[in-house]
Amino acid sequence: MLQAVALHCSRGERRLFTDLNVKVERGSLLAVVGENGSGKTSLLRIFSSLLPPEQGSVLWEGQDIQQLKELYSAELTYIGHLNAIKDDLTPLENLMSAMSLTGESCSHNGAKEALEAIGLKRPIHHLPSKVLSQGQKRRVALARLWLSTRPLWLLDEPFTSLDTAATGVVTQRLHTHLQRGGLAVVVTHQEVALPAETIQRLRLTG
Amino acid sequence: MSGSNMWEAVSGIVRRDLLLAMRRRSDAAMSVFFLVIVVSLFPLGVGPEPAVLRIIGPGVLWVAALLACLLSLGRVFTADYLDGVLEQMVLIPQPLAILVVGKILAHWLISGLPVVLLSPLLGLQFGLSGEPLGVLVMSLLLGTPTLSMIGAIGAALVLGVRGSGLLVALLVLPLYVPILIFGAGAVTSSMAGIGGEANLSLLGACLVLSLFLAPWATAAALRIALE
Amino acid sequence: MSTGINWLKYSSPQAFYPLAGRLIPWFACVAVALMGIGLYMGFFVAPTDFQQGEAYRIIFVHVPAAWMSMFLYVVMAVWAGIGMGLNARLSFMMAQAIAPTGAMFTFLALLTGAMWGKPTWGAWWVWDARLTSELILLFQYAGVMLLRTSIDDMRRADRASAVFALVGVVNVPIIYFSVQWWNTLHQGASVSMATGSKMASTMLTAMLLMTVAFWLYSIAVILARARCIMIERESLPVWDEKAAVIQEAVEAR
Repeated sequence: MLQAVALHCSRGERRLFTDLNVKVERGSLLAVVGENGSGKTSLLRIFSSLLPPEQGSVLWEGQDIQQLKELYSAELTYIGHLNAIKDDLTPLENLMSAMSLTGESCSHNGAKEALEAIGLKRPIHHLPSKVLSQGQKRRVALARLWLSTRPLWLLDEPFTSLDTAATGVVTQRLHTHLQRGGLAVVVTHQEVALPAETIQRLRLTG
Repeated sequence: MSGSNMWEAVSGIVRRDLLLAMRRRSDAAMSVFFLVIVVSLFPLGVGPEPAVLRIIGPGVLWVAALLACLLSLGRVFTADYLDGVLEQMVLIPQPLAILVVGKILAHWLISGLPVVLLSPLLGLQFGLSGEPLGVLVMSLLLGTPTLSMIGAIGAALVLGVRGSGLLVALLVLPLYVPILIFGAGAVTSSMAGIGGEANLSLLGACLVLSLFLAPWATAAALRIALE
Repeated sequence: MSTGINWLKYSSPQAFYPLAGRLIPWFACVAVALMGIGLYMGFFVAPTDFQQGEAYRIIFVHVPAAWMSMFLYVVMAVWAGIGMGLNARLSFMMAQAIAPTGAMFTFLALLTGAMWGKPTWGAWWVWDARLTSELILLFQYAGVMLLRTSIDDMRRADRASAVFALVGVVNVPIIYFSVQWWNTLHQGASVSMATGSKMASTMLTAMLLMTVAFWLYSIAVILARARCIMIERESLPVWDEKAAVIQEAVEAR
């Protein structure tokens, strides 16, 4: 269970949100919505422990993530607004080095299957990523979700530049994750097509 | 959190950085080329007198090595910062400082080691030979990893800051002073016939000290940069 | 790194601001008085040095300034360290307030060193171990201040310059040692300045007076600067000396 307790956040002079309390149970998804600049990404970064909260705390299974440190990192998969892929590496190399970085090493075949699952055909696997389109790059980043064994997923605008087919595939993947008892926080301005009982919406007003 | 996982993450990052350097060979070649040019400019500036060149040689070579290292610092973290890989690095289930060691090692292999390998050749241009030449190589071998480590702190501090290229030089160059003194001093004292061992030991001490402190400072600076 | 500490409680600017305001005039007055006595003793009472003549008298400014420059760097690093450890904003403000004063004393030490060097060594600048380390110390102060001004986000600027100040404090003794080593290698032991043993007691008194005066001056200036920084950062109305007004302003935010 992921819980935010009395979070305050301001960037520079601007106060983004104050006294924010939210609870995400296993098997459910928190969709964070709101206007641009309302602090959605900041909230996700606080959840990921990249950004220490000014006040308040984030609890994972009842423990403060600031104390858990690396133990908490071992529980989450974070896909930020940046794709974290190298233009000079192929999609396959990108995916495999991303997985070895997080310590969930995967086999060559496993990585290929993940890329195929998100709709990247074999010939593309060996092209340098710089020739890919924005949507294809986003798919390479999201392919990690098929290999992730972590219970907590933090996704920042995962559907940006994806086509309808890919959006559907990723939504399906999220659904499977939730059914297995995982939980997710998704920043999005789109509707997530998941059963209503699994979705909790949080609107930031800025 | 086991040791093998930690090793895997570090070796993974070193392999990835070396692979990237292989894909962009010109980047790595540039700092070496810079070194050769800077070193070649000095005889043109001060005149071809062999006795003069021999006196200024160690200093010139060391200053050039320092500048070459400085020039390549922008590459340590900037690309990873811009494409989001750095965020992923901070979020790995291992201590960030360990990963930083991997990044620094890769940086040294790409931009420090070529300088060391090239130095005998450049030393010959300045009339160094025999023992002083050996001491020069040795001093660079011990000193350039320290330059990479101190440089990494500076590179992490200025991530995403305007005018970062110049700023990193202003931050890091004063910190390089002891390395420059010990490094060039080793060669000079070897030429004077008193042997470079004392200076080399001091360089070794600096290397050990920075190995203990620099990764932590760099990790702290990276976290600050990503907040 | 935040552990939920409410900085208002711990470093309490409401208490600090008026307290500093009350202390500044005292420190400033005593500093000026001591500086007057110290300079009088140094320039008129202390005997003429039989080797260096009258020129040596600049050391009554030079030595205390050099001491303060190093001392203030350490103090700045300590505040930076406390700031990093406790996430206390007041500590970062203090570190920020100290840097310019430290740099000023470093510059003063270099300037007076050069003024002393000309008649004594016959050159404005000598690569003496102390002068060289002082020069590098000036670069480090410049680095801390430049890093701060280059970063727009206040929180990041605080923490990044704190890390650099802490790295620098490890480096300062190494630099000093290395420069001394380098110096002996190149030109033999450098000319040493007035040594304690042969100093007349009036000289010692004058120098100590000047040191205390500089120290009090630093406190006064740093506190005044910290107050300015506080107003600037908290974007509060210029705080009245009355605690109630400040309390109100803080609560209103």
